[in-house]
Amino acid sequence: MTVPVSYYLVLSAILFGLGVVAFVFKRNVITVFMSVELMLNAVNLAFVAFARAYNQFDGLVFVFFVIVVAAAEAAVGLAIVIMMRRNRESLNVERVNLLKF
Amino acid sequence: MNLPLIVFFFFALLAVAGAVMLILAREPVHSALSLILVMAALATLYLLLGAEFIAAVQMIVYAGAVMVLFVFVIMLLNMGLEERTNFSKFAYLGVVGGFVLLLEIGHWLFHSPAAAAVVNGAEPVKAFSTVELSKLLFRSYLFPFEATSILILIAILGALALARKEE
Repeated sequence: MTVPVSYYLVLSAILFGLGVVAFVFKRNVITVFMSVELMLNAVNLAFVAFARAYNQFDGLVFVFFVIVVAAAEAAVGLAIVIMMRRNRESLNVERVNLLKF
Repeated sequence: MNLPLIVFFFFALLAVAGAVMLILAREPVHSALSLILVMAALATLYLLLGAEFIAAVQMIVYAGAVMVLFVFVIMLLNMGLEERTNFSKFAYLGVVGGFVLLLEIGHWLFHSPAAAAVVNGAEPVKAFSTVELSKLLFRSYLFPFEATSILILIAILGALALARKEE
């Protein structure tokens, strides 16, 4: 007796949906970044679940690459956040609107 | 109820609760801590799926390194409560889109004949061997693996160039 793979996929979809909601509704740049990380985690769960369903290792390799890219993205993104704080005094995404039409 | 199912539901609920907390919390630190909760719960689910190496990497790299970076920056910038401003009308469009996406995935899972193989494909859990994984990583995926090292190098240089104080 095991857990059906579909349960993992549904959980992954729910987490991804919550990540999208957080991305749209959070005002702080750092929490917006964190919701991107949440979405990446949800996708990773789907990758591992499919790897289990088809008994293939390629899904796990992809998870590995996703984690590497997420780490690189976090490093650059947080450097940008520090720059933003230094130059703009506010981290609210609504107030960073120089490029807004 | 069998034990794997109980473990799955416990940690799935923990992950969803952490994600909801991330949205509701007004302190950025609370959001970061609830995201760490989500990642730890997901690591346990990876163990349940038999992906031991990925579970370890998830805890060490994600919950360890990346989230420490987040918490450190939050501390460094001394953030207070998140201020609430008016939402753009398009934000609600995004929520509607997200729910349509969820319904679409649910429909595919439970009605498509192609999904039936996936849904019923769970065999008794046999751990993915790390030896096999590393063989795949260092043979078939050798070039992408080397490319990621350049990606990391560029990310480090970019972070340094951005965060350096101009004289």
